[in-house]
Amino acid sequence: MQIYLPIAEVSVNAFLLLGLGGIVGILSGMFGVGGGFLMTPLLFFIGIPPAVAVATEANQIVASSFSGVLAHLKRKTVDLKMGTVLLVGGLVGSGLGIILFNYLKALGQVELLVQLCYVIFLGMIGTLMFFESLKAIRKSNKAGGSPAPTRRKHNWVHNLPFKMKFRVSGLYISVIPPLLVGVSVGVLAAIMGVGGGFIMVPAMIYLLGMPTKVVVGTSLFQIIFVTAFTTMLHATTNYTVDVVLAVLLLVGGVVGAQIGTRIGVRMKAEQLRIWLAIMVLAVCGKLAFDLLVTPTELYSLGAGGH
Amino acid sequence: MIRLAALLVLFALPAKAEEIVLGLSRDEVAITATFEGSEILIFGAIKRDAPAPDDEDLGVIVTVAGPDEPVTVRKKDRRLGIWVNTESVDVDVAPTFYAVATNRPLTEILTFTEDLNTRISTQRAIRSVGATIENAESFTRALIRIRAGQGLYQTLPTGVLVEEETLFRTLIPLPANLTEGDYKAEIYLTRGRQIVDLYTTVIPVKKVGLERWLYNLAHDNAFLYGLMSLSIAIAAGWGASAIFTVLRR
Repeated sequence: MQIYLPIAEVSVNAFLLLGLGGIVGILSGMFGVGGGFLMTPLLFFIGIPPAVAVATEANQIVASSFSGVLAHLKRKTVDLKMGTVLLVGGLVGSGLGIILFNYLKALGQVELLVQLCYVIFLGMIGTLMFFESLKAIRKSNKAGGSPAPTRRKHNWVHNLPFKMKFRVSGLYISVIPPLLVGVSVGVLAAIMGVGGGFIMVPAMIYLLGMPTKVVVGTSLFQIIFVTAFTTMLHATTNYTVDVVLAVLLLVGGVVGAQIGTRIGVRMKAEQLRIWLAIMVLAVCGKLAFDLLVTPTELYSLGAGGH
Repeated sequence: MIRLAALLVLFALPAKAEEIVLGLSRDEVAITATFEGSEILIFGAIKRDAPAPDDEDLGVIVTVAGPDEPVTVRKKDRRLGIWVNTESVDVDVAPTFYAVATNRPLTEILTFTEDLNTRISTQRAIRSVGATIENAESFTRALIRIRAGQGLYQTLPTGVLVEEETLFRTLIPLPANLTEGDYKAEIYLTRGRQIVDLYTTVIPVKKVGLERWLYNLAHDNAFLYGLMSLSIAIAAGWGASAIFTVLRR
């Protein structure tokens, strides 16, 4: 069934959008990532104008994250205190990110910057996570299946001032690292047009030392607010949020997120991480491939203006 | 200016021997939620005071042009191993939709000079004044190629059917990715590759119903529209969670 999108001004298949929303929703619920880094390129691919895809995707992430976070709240796997600290940083960061984005847009190479950002960050995080989880799986296999209790290493993160107790995460650390994580994720999220979960989740695990089970819910909690803020910015400045597109994506997305959350709970933390790593590397590979291979059409059209 | 001059020349001609009488299958095109593209049937007759002259060939040209918009055409080049946008050309005027239908190939029924003046062919309908870089023409060719691939630019060399030297009709297909605005339809009559008559009409293409309402809300009440989008997202997220909780019991 074809449907005409009023803001995007293109006609697309409604079932295709429902399906895309569903698949990305499952991944979102499983890994605690908004799924934007997958959905935004997919929307470009089916012919949605990039500006509309980025803005509408932000709105859709609000829905799937909200659905996911409710499931996590019931299971008490959301660190609200940590989430709030990350959120404060995130809002500051996305404000800064939008300023940086508009500056680079004026220079005329923003598209390349976004692509390079994706390739570099996805490649780095994917590789790190892949080898780390592989090591963890090997170790737990040697130990006869039960993971050995890990003693938390003390690094520079634990020597900073303004310490705060995060009971759900079982941490007593300074607020500075989570704030900085929030800010940098916010900046990247605004530039890349995604929620930023795929950067935040590893940062929370490896930098802040949070338990994996809490990380997913907390990340979703933070993403809701940052993407809601982004949606409002896009809707009021660029008029690029397509509500019909958003509804189709989120109907599939929220159902997928519920299923994904339940799959995620049944999987081992190491397995969850290795699959996320593989997915991140796959997207990175595809984007790098596009940059390196001779395109079939060398020319592209953009909105006019000098 | 050039177009105006062409029109003046046209009107300065002595009493017209042949005139166009036109009909349209529809006065406007409505874009609804399930819009999948459409087509317009343009038909008409040639009114004559005297019998048709048979020394020179009759030409009928039908053009349909969407609203004009500036476009930036960018070209990728390999830099340090990766493909990067390097050169770009700003096209000042490019119709968002352009179809040329003729009864015979355009060059057989229109002189080069007439085409230059009236801007009938697709290459002429696009204007880039400020293009200073070398090989700017390859950029406009790329623009035509990309838009033709999307069904937005069409050249239909035998699209017009002429019967008995009097009746003509053509079917212009409209793709689903149509931009709204006033579409200008022009019908030219040529004899011996010279234009003898021109008929112009406007076909409005607009969104209707829900599409119209949403589009207006998004532009006129952007804040409200943003809040609405967010509420829908939150409600859907909550709804799915609630339904799944019930299902699990």
